[in-house]
Amino acid sequence: MGLALLAIIWVITLVSTYFFAAKTWWLPHGASASAPWIDGQFALTYALMGVVFLAAQLSLGYLVWKYRDRPGAKPVEYSHGNTRLEIIWTALTAVLFIGLNLMGGRVWAAERFAPAQPNAVPVEVTAMQFAWYFRYPGADGKYGPTSPKLVDPSSGNEAAIGLEPSDPASKDDVVTGTMYLPVNRQVDLTLKAEDVIHSFFVPSFRFKQDAVPGLAIKMHFTPTEIGEYELACAELCGLGHYKMHGVVHVVSQEDFDKWLAAREAEKQ
Amino acid sequence: MAALTPTAPVQDPRIGGRGGEPPVRDGGGNGGGGNGYADYHHRLRRARLAIVILMVAIVMLFVAFTSAYVFRKGLPTFDDQTHSYVRDWIPVNLPIQLLLVNTIVLLLSSVTIEMARRQIIRQVALAGVGRIPGVSVTGGRSFPWLGATVVLGATFLVGQWMAWRELADRGFYMATNPSSSFVYLLTAAHAVHLCGGLVAMLYAAGTSLLRKPLEARCIVLDVTAWYWHFMAFLWVYVFALLVVMR
Amino acid sequence: MVAQEAHGSSGHGAPQGFIRKYVFSLDHKVIGLQYYFLALTAVFVGMFLSLLMRIHLIWPTAVLPLVGDIKPETYLSLLTMHGTIMVFFVLTTAPQSGFGNYFLPIQIGAPDMAFPVLNMLSFWTTFVAFIVIIAAFFVTGGAPLHGWTGYAPLSALKNSGPGEQLGADLWITSIAIFCLASLMGALNFITTILDLRAKGMTLMRMPLTCWAWFVTAILGLLAFGVLLSAGILLLLDRNLGTSFYIPLVVVNGQVMGHKGGSPLLWQHLFWFFGHPEVYIAILPGMGVASQLLSTFSRKPIFGYKAMVYAIMSIGILGFVVWGHHMFMSGMSPYSAFAFSIMTMCIGVPSAIKTFNWLGTIYKGRVRFQTPMLYAIGFVSLFVSGGLSGPFLAQPVLDIPLHDTYFVVGHFHLIMGVAAIFGMFAGTYYWFPKMFGRMMNETWGRVHFFITLAGTYAIFMPMHYLGMAGQTRRYSQFTEVAYQTKLIPLQTFITFAAIITISAQVIFVINLFWSMFKGPKASDNPWEATTLEWTTATPPPHDNFGGVTPVVNHGPYEYSVPGAPKDYVMQTDPVTVTTH
Repeated sequence: MGLALLAIIWVITLVSTYFFAAKTWWLPHGASASAPWIDGQFALTYALMGVVFLAAQLSLGYLVWKYRDRPGAKPVEYSHGNTRLEIIWTALTAVLFIGLNLMGGRVWAAERFAPAQPNAVPVEVTAMQFAWYFRYPGADGKYGPTSPKLVDPSSGNEAAIGLEPSDPASKDDVVTGTMYLPVNRQVDLTLKAEDVIHSFFVPSFRFKQDAVPGLAIKMHFTPTEIGEYELACAELCGLGHYKMHGVVHVVSQEDFDKWLAAREAEKQ
Repeated sequence: MAALTPTAPVQDPRIGGRGGEPPVRDGGGNGGGGNGYADYHHRLRRARLAIVILMVAIVMLFVAFTSAYVFRKGLPTFDDQTHSYVRDWIPVNLPIQLLLVNTIVLLLSSVTIEMARRQIIRQVALAGVGRIPGVSVTGGRSFPWLGATVVLGATFLVGQWMAWRELADRGFYMATNPSSSFVYLLTAAHAVHLCGGLVAMLYAAGTSLLRKPLEARCIVLDVTAWYWHFMAFLWVYVFALLVVMR
Repeated sequence: MVAQEAHGSSGHGAPQGFIRKYVFSLDHKVIGLQYYFLALTAVFVGMFLSLLMRIHLIWPTAVLPLVGDIKPETYLSLLTMHGTIMVFFVLTTAPQSGFGNYFLPIQIGAPDMAFPVLNMLSFWTTFVAFIVIIAAFFVTGGAPLHGWTGYAPLSALKNSGPGEQLGADLWITSIAIFCLASLMGALNFITTILDLRAKGMTLMRMPLTCWAWFVTAILGLLAFGVLLSAGILLLLDRNLGTSFYIPLVVVNGQVMGHKGGSPLLWQHLFWFFGHPEVYIAILPGMGVASQLLSTFSRKPIFGYKAMVYAIMSIGILGFVVWGHHMFMSGMSPYSAFAFSIMTMCIGVPSAIKTFNWLGTIYKGRVRFQTPMLYAIGFVSLFVSGGLSGPFLAQPVLDIPLHDTYFVVGHFHLIMGVAAIFGMFAGTYYWFPKMFGRMMNETWGRVHFFITLAGTYAIFMPMHYLGMAGQTRRYSQFTEVAYQTKLIPLQTFITFAAIITISAQVIFVINLFWSMFKGPKASDNPWEATTLEWTTATPPPHDNFGGVTPVVNHGPYEYSVPGAPKDYVMQTDPVTVTTH
């Protein structure tokens, strides 16, 4: 039985570790400025926790086999513990866990403690059951006012977010159902929600943020590779949560300008 | 139950005791057997411990309500029109005088129940003396402190009801604005717990009618009194919160 | 030993009649079994719900017998009820109120709990709560779809989705009733431990199971009042038009009459309860694991004092980490950092306990009866589930992992498997004392190996899915292109789940068959040291047959040099020196 336990624990441990090490299923390719930092911290945590995982599981399996009760087994060593050992491994664990956390803290601070850069691309994301809308403030750089009374999701785009068409700041606002971003420029994102909590999650950007009704949450990130990236809602928002997705197109600055100009032209 | 033995001091049974000591009359914990007088003290202490634990649970409920209050009061919400954050806290116009009268009534009831509690504690102590052959303890007239407390408690509740009517007259209903929601919430939560205290007092009065043993009645009234003082303290806290943090 | 007449703490004699003996019993042993069987019923309901969920995920268009076709909103209701029933009626019920009620008084040498009437009321209140939540399935609109975490405004608006009308109100009401029942239980446990310990049973001689039940009760006392307050505010928002949680929102074009409220307020209140709740779920299992590892290694627990301090630290720290569920919520990034440091700190006492468990086995003589298999399984699962914690505890790593299957794998390994293994271990271990018979060893082993391999097969792959970006609470994976690629692994999980859930039938058959037909058990079949093994089997009404125990030794005196047997019971006379 000791051997059976060792076998099952070791097999489970080694099989799991194999798939972790082989990265058979892994974080998607990172396409934002923060991805290398986040992935680096992930890899470090991974390696350390992996070592602990292997050590703990393999020794558990080994110990239950080695010290199995059988005729001829050594008598039990009566002991209530070893205080020195307790102190040592407690200190080591504390240093490991807290040290790891402080290292990750630097990355977090860089991401979240500072506001967006002045030349960032402003985009406002409005989430609602069950669609995403994106608003670009246009040449004046100001978002026009919106009003709950004007919200009409069935009409889409401007009406869905309740844009007040008469206000001068609204005239140049572009509202779309797909998001275009210029590569290598920081995005000054404002996240809003119309009804319940949603969450803007683009795995490739290593970006996630809840969109909360009653708040306009400002975040920033910088896409670094041209391509198309999927956006999935990451906070349970109702029956359509599973299909509340979108696509983010990261294009060159010229393509982005062309696209935006085309959308503004459509509004005339 | 043997007569009181003057030479045996009432030992306060310590929790658990220590291994290796010679066994004492009382088991370290379960209060079973042995001298009935020590048993009463132990049961009284256990009941008081339970009431303190109950108070902790109720305190946590009001800590949560208070945190919600502070959080909500300072909370800005995003206004789409102005594209900025605004605060929408409008303080309620509380009927302060009426509430002050209610407070005095409740504090008075705390005094009366304390008198009731001390009265019965004294009765228990004298009952011990009364077992000495040749000593008799006369009953004597005693003021119905417990009944007075019930009346004052009920008066407080009526006063709270009047305060709610007054608030409604001033246009503040449950959902009028966040401040009024909290006023109703906090005062109603307190009133519900106070009703529990009233029920306990009626039960305490009932034990006297049912002729339960004096010690059992004493324990019930003692912990009810503790609870009632806690209700008074809680009311003062709620009132202060609503006034100071309008 | 002092022979005294033990009255029982409320002076009640043995009851007569079926109703007083088995329905409204005041005996903590009967009440413990009532809780246990309520939890057993709940776990099968919960498992059935999860089976339906797993089947739907892989075959979203399938029409199942009896249940029919499962629409997206139905999936979410199954998910909500699965989580709620499992967390409250299984994990908060069986380990604490089930085993705790039965064995706490006996292990500390008391004839019953401090307040038997309150104990009886707390069970029946829990039972009512269970009826109310099951009722949510059957009302118009059905059960709510907002998840066991019930985030507002989704849970606060009656028109946010199907099931959010009466079903949601019943859900909140059931939880509120459960809060009251738990508070009653906590009061009883704490008073009993502080006031009813037998002579010689100092706090530092209590078995670690009792320490776990003690700290768990304190956590419950402090946390459930906050959940109750959160639920009250939610009911008010839903039914009386208040705006505690709901700001100005527009649902499907309709402007709702709320303004200014904060969805984050719900999250703060909920998680202030929710985090201690998960420690409530795991601590008793840790206590059982410690107990069994020591008993079946024939060796004192390694570092008893450290284990006690670890339990206490986990309890205290458990109250200051709730924000780690809210890193992505819009909460201040500065408080996120503070919560994150505290969360890493709480990993330290958990690690200490793991080291000490390994240290207990080291240089012991391990016996492999079924209870021990589950205790060993517990350690393995706790390590696996625990080590995904440091990923989630770092806000910057939480960004890709929050609300993905990584989290689902993490909490299921710890709560859904390790804690359950604690319950299995307790069942196989204490079954002889409760029913006077042994459970079948062979089938116990079969159950263990299938369940260990099966649960790893279900929940370990979820970590891979989460890293790949598989979001949680999706009723199917057909809409998002990168997620469709993950369906094969999800299919594997579903098949593993079908096999593992089916294998639990083995346990149930073993349990009930052994109650009536199992081989008769001696009073102390495991040669264990704690007080429950000194009583008759099953214990009489007042546990110790009129004799008040006196304790002379600590709880884990195994293989004491110079002792006649390889174990010294806690009540044995002082003839050998133990520490």
